Amino acid sequence: MAAPFRPRPPEAHLFTSVDDVSARLAETGYLASPAVATTVFLADRLGKPLLVEGPAGVGKTELAKAVAEVAGARLVRLQCYEGVDEARALYEWNHAKQLLRISAGRDETWDETRHDIFSEEFLLPRPLLTAIRGDDPKVLLIDETDKADVEVEGLLLEVLSDFQVTVPELGTVTATRRPFVVLTSNAGRELSEALRRRCLFLHIGFPDEELERRIVRLKVPGLEEALAASVVRVVGALRAMDLRKAPSVAETVDWARTLLALGADTLDEAVVRDTLGVLLKHQDDVLKAAAKLDLSSV
Amino acid sequence: MTGKADDMTGGTDVASRLTGFVAALRDHGVRIGTGETVDAAEAVRVLGLADRELLREGLAATLLHTTGQRQLFDAVFGLYFPQGVGAPGGDAAGREELRERLAEALAADDSALMGRLAIEAVDGLGGYGGAPGAGGWSSYQTLERLRPQTLLARVRDDVRARGGGGGFAERLLDDEIRRRIEVFRGQVAAEARRRVAERRGRDEIARRAVAPSADRVDFLYAGRERLAELRRTVQPLARTLATRLAARRRRAARGTIDLRRTLRGSLSTGGVPVRPVLRRRRPARPELVLLCDVSGSVAGFSDFTMLLVQALHDQFSKVRVFGFVNRLDEVTGLLVHGAADAAGLGARIRAEARLTGWHDSSDYGTALGEFTERYGAAVGPRTTVFVLGDARTNMADPNLPALRWIAGQARHVHWLNPEPRALWGTGDSAAPEYAELVAMHECRNARQLGALVGRLLPV
Repeated sequence: MAAPFRPRPPEAHLFTSVDDVSARLAETGYLASPAVATTVFLADRLGKPLLVEGPAGVGKTELAKAVAEVAGARLVRLQCYEGVDEARALYEWNHAKQLLRISAGRDETWDETRHDIFSEEFLLPRPLLTAIRGDDPKVLLIDETDKADVEVEGLLLEVLSDFQVTVPELGTVTATRRPFVVLTSNAGRELSEALRRRCLFLHIGFPDEELERRIVRLKVPGLEEALAASVVRVVGALRAMDLRKAPSVAETVDWARTLLALGADTLDEAVVRDTLGVLLKHQDDVLKAAAKLDLSSV
Repeated sequence: MTGKADDMTGGTDVASRLTGFVAALRDHGVRIGTGETVDAAEAVRVLGLADRELLREGLAATLLHTTGQRQLFDAVFGLYFPQGVGAPGGDAAGREELRERLAEALAADDSALMGRLAIEAVDGLGGYGGAPGAGGWSSYQTLERLRPQTLLARVRDDVRARGGGGGFAERLLDDEIRRRIEVFRGQVAAEARRRVAERRGRDEIARRAVAPSADRVDFLYAGRERLAELRRTVQPLARTLATRLAARRRRAARGTIDLRRTLRGSLSTGGVPVRPVLRRRRPARPELVLLCDVSGSVAGFSDFTMLLVQALHDQFSKVRVFGFVNRLDEVTGLLVHGAADAAGLGARIRAEARLTGWHDSSDYGTALGEFTERYGAAVGPRTTVFVLGDARTNMADPNLPALRWIAGQARHVHWLNPEPRALWGTGDSAAPEYAELVAMHECRNARQLGALVGRLLPV
């Protein structure tokens, strides 16, 4: 069995209720669906990391930023990529500085020097260590976890289950205040079962029509209500079409901005035809959508 | 802590319901450990039981690990944490009245109201069988009597009359209404399941009446909708497999020690192998040949696999795909263009390639023979051949020498059979004979296929 459940002390909770989550996230400009709000609330209460999956451009990374802003916490970000390793994720010794220190102190005994060069001063903390040290509130964002190699997952397991890091020369650093952890993944690679088990799972899909309309209105304030509604309806129809790459929320907002810039006040065939490229990124998709929407020649 | 949890959630009743719910999910292949169940209970305590939506999201967050399980989860959740219990109060509404109100709800796109109507509709129209214990509720019967699809024109007029839509979005209206009707059908099905579960026992209905997640559906029995759903998973699956292949390739690139050359090199350092020499890697990408049975019985399986391999084509130097029923033809070109229109792929292959001779049933012997005669050059020492089909020869000669010849030429030959292993060799199946010559793998659903392809594809 895993370690027994340890609830956080009450004063450490960020949110008081699910509605509180939605309301405060909305203040920062992040409109959360009920699923998102509930899961964020639970992650805060249960003190577990949050694993967020979903198509590109639905606001996975934004969620972490919004939570950090709401909580008045520092956002510590670990961007994963192929080949990211312990030295990049956890900590590193500052070799150059250590060498300087050794050559500066010529008269010291070896024991003194050794004791000195493996101290905090020469440690370069990387995101994971930064996130669990110190008493100020932090949000740890581990972005695109699926891009990292499998070995890094093993590293994350220790950090995410016990919130501690062992530095052989210094001893074990345990978090005095647990950070709010968000991992994002595009499902490029299946994350291991062990990592998934330690997290709360949240799938952010495309928002429903009403929510998306609100998002568009919020992000593109100049757009008229009726046009925003039409924009969202067309995007909804495109998503139902079984395309190679369905347009995401980011694309919807881009499209709305484009329409605003073009000064279009209603959607018509010509406008949609000319701007379809903003929404769809494959030529096959453009052709297919044009056929289904009855646009004459593209 | 337990005592506190009991107070807040109504004690053991909730606990046993939760464990029953978890057990039902496990029966459907969702892997849930005890730790997650405890987390779920903790979530119930924190969220309370007052708001069903919150409860559902909370349980989903703690119990699920992947996206594909959500549909299954929602269906089972509906059984264990139902919206209401028993029949709705009040008199059962008549068919016409229900249609009337449904049309209004559809026009307003009010899904909560549609949900309530679904409950009334099942109660009023879906019951069958008089004697208690023998009867039940049928979503099929409800929908047959209610016929929501015939409301399309009326709803459209309603929406237009209200001045909704207008302009360009007007042309989307029909599809939108169809989608709303689909949602209503789903609601009716869920409600009928719930009512039946009340009568027959939740656990049994959860096991039998909830459809498995798409990647566990047997190819051979998957309906049209399920296949469409599967087709949507081709791209993500291909991406996952491509990453896995790339990783395998990277590992292979690191290479193994070439003992002979290491020892030869060590002569200059007095026999101490100071510098290990790695085996030189030949950077050649493998070739792939697919032989697909596209006859009616296994068409779903073949289509899916062809699309998957096509999606992976940039991982290989050459991919050639051949389709056959009882004659064989190359369909590589069709597949390249078919990627955009996956749904019509099977039909186009059957229309545009010469796949049948005198009759319409599949004949593996003739097809294999024709392959060796006409396209024998496609198979070389760098080629991996995949044969897809159920190996049911309709009593014709299995033509083992042809397959033996292919196996001799190619680097690897794998046979993927969509039938359960227990059925191999029954009736007209020549699976055991073929399996003696080449490796035959059971490949009944998308999950198995993904695992096999990831393992078998050459690096």
